[in-house]
Amino acid sequence: MSTVTLKSVSKSYGKVKVIHGVDVAINDKEFVVVVGPSGCGKSTMLRMIAGLETITDGDLFIDDNRVNELEPMDRNIAMVFQNYALYPHMSVYDNMAYSLKLAKLAKSDIQDRVNKAAELLQLSEYLDRKPRQLSGGQRQRVAMGRAIVRKPAVFLFDEPLSNLDAKLRVQMRLEIRKLQRELGVTSVYVTHDQVEAMTLGDRLMVLNDGVVEQFGTPIELYEQPATLFVAEFIGSPSMNIVSANANGHQLTLTNGTQLESSTSASGPVMLGIRPEHIVQDTTGNLLVDTGMVEQLGSNTLVHGTLSDDNTPVVYSLPGIHTEQSLGEKMRLGVSQDSIHLFNSDTGQRIMS
Amino acid sequence: MEKRVTFKGKKLPLLLILPQVIITAVFFFWPAGQAIYQSAFIPDPFGLKSQFVGFDNFTFLLSDKYYLAAFTTTAIFSSLVTVVSMGVALWLALMADRIIKGSSAYRTLLIWPYAVAPAVAGVLWLFLFSPNIGLASWYLEKLGYQWNHTLNGGEAMGLVVLASAWGRISYNFLFFLAGLQAIPKSVIEAAAIDGAHFWRRFWTIVFPLLSPTTFFLLVVNIVYAFFETFGVIHTITSGGPQQSTTILVYKVFSDGFVGQDLGSSAAQSVILLLVVGLLTILQFKFIERRVHY
Repeated sequence: MSTVTLKSVSKSYGKVKVIHGVDVAINDKEFVVVVGPSGCGKSTMLRMIAGLETITDGDLFIDDNRVNELEPMDRNIAMVFQNYALYPHMSVYDNMAYSLKLAKLAKSDIQDRVNKAAELLQLSEYLDRKPRQLSGGQRQRVAMGRAIVRKPAVFLFDEPLSNLDAKLRVQMRLEIRKLQRELGVTSVYVTHDQVEAMTLGDRLMVLNDGVVEQFGTPIELYEQPATLFVAEFIGSPSMNIVSANANGHQLTLTNGTQLESSTSASGPVMLGIRPEHIVQDTTGNLLVDTGMVEQLGSNTLVHGTLSDDNTPVVYSLPGIHTEQSLGEKMRLGVSQDSIHLFNSDTGQRIMS
Repeated sequence: MEKRVTFKGKKLPLLLILPQVIITAVFFFWPAGQAIYQSAFIPDPFGLKSQFVGFDNFTFLLSDKYYLAAFTTTAIFSSLVTVVSMGVALWLALMADRIIKGSSAYRTLLIWPYAVAPAVAGVLWLFLFSPNIGLASWYLEKLGYQWNHTLNGGEAMGLVVLASAWGRISYNFLFFLAGLQAIPKSVIEAAAIDGAHFWRRFWTIVFPLLSPTTFFLLVVNIVYAFFETFGVIHTITSGGPQQSTTILVYKVFSDGFVGQDLGSSAAQSVILLLVVGLLTILQFKFIERRVHY
């Protein structure tokens, strides 16, 4: 049983505030992914939970204990670093046993735990090797093993997959997810990769400039992004955003195109449509000049612009198409349920 | 795949290594050869003729109790200089690595002593500890301690060790600091999370990872203590009192240029060469194995 609770936690370096009062409660056994662009403060937040950075203001609780002033070693956490941070002069076994030796466990206990972790991570035959004799994926596993053997209350991951190649990353992603389910340890995972975030997290926290933009399940974030930032950040390719004028359910785009939305608003708004929700429709209202085409095999991405306007529009069509087969202009349609509206000043989602 | 650059003829490569060969020949092989040659002769008291004696200079030296005492003195002196200069430098580097504010000022200041020539450093320390006018000895006297390194061999040794190590600390500090900064911060943080306090982290993580630097400095410092400390010893104690600070290299000088016994002096330098060579080989053989690159 372990929960992590942040109560208006903030961080400043001198006068520069990098984390602005984060309030988050992470449940027991939950896998929370903190995602955001570089420099948004996500790593700083993780390091504050780990105790590697001081907390300027606010309270951090692990279970019911306030741990602000505790040393990292007393917080009962384990961390997996981006560069693995293995001890290069120690064998795989010693790397994993290090914390247990420091905790003065019996030698047989240490052996038990390390062997079990090695088995779980398919490292049994590498226990005598030095980290430099291992491949990137194996090093990653050793770093995980080092975290597992301690049986910590919380796992912290700081972009652990970003040094691996694309294929290995997908594989390790699945392994981490599986492992976390099996062990049932509360986890906080930091990444800038939104695909990683969507696939791993029970819940995602989107961080931007030290502010939590939204905290929810991946599907909530995808279907109902709370802000323009989340709308653009989650989903690949990212959501099309165009400005429009609303009059109830009726929307007028800058080039005069009329669209209908299930939510209603009035005055200038920002309108968001995901590329995969735009369909070919000969009766549709959206007229687009087709441009560059990216063929992905299962579908085709078209980078076009609104007719009589230079607003870019990206949409995804199933199957394989070429610039010739699509023609210069296309008529497209959007269902009114897949239109997201945002306040053009605050960027907040318009709900009604 | 052949990755080396190959030359077509032999002229160009020979020409390119020629400057280095000339320098080595003029400043190393020729004097070393001269020393070996001279070590087989004894000059007459007026320095006009010399007589071939074979290995007699060596056999005499190895049974000379003053020469053997110089061996012990050298061993004590070099170990102390190496340990003090490396120990203090490592401690300073650890501290300088930890602080954030004003670290560059500390670093600059700590590097300055390296620019001071050994003889000048010797004079500085000589003034500080001069039994009559020295600042340090004045304070020591206030504390009830009579400092006089011109009479007390132990004090003399302490002073030359201090002066020699002092100039060396900067150099060692620089290397240790660079070594410390090359250790990834995340490794230290991982150890902190794993439950190791500062000194535990130092002994189990930092020190082993620093071992290439430490080994390099060990070799370099021992060579330094054997040879380059001459200036310090010459200015502070001139080997005295009662030969208590006469290390091998100082005896080479005093027997050869003060005592005018060039044969014995040459034999001593040959022995010194062998000793330092052997010591370096031993270090590479036995200590380097424990170094983690």
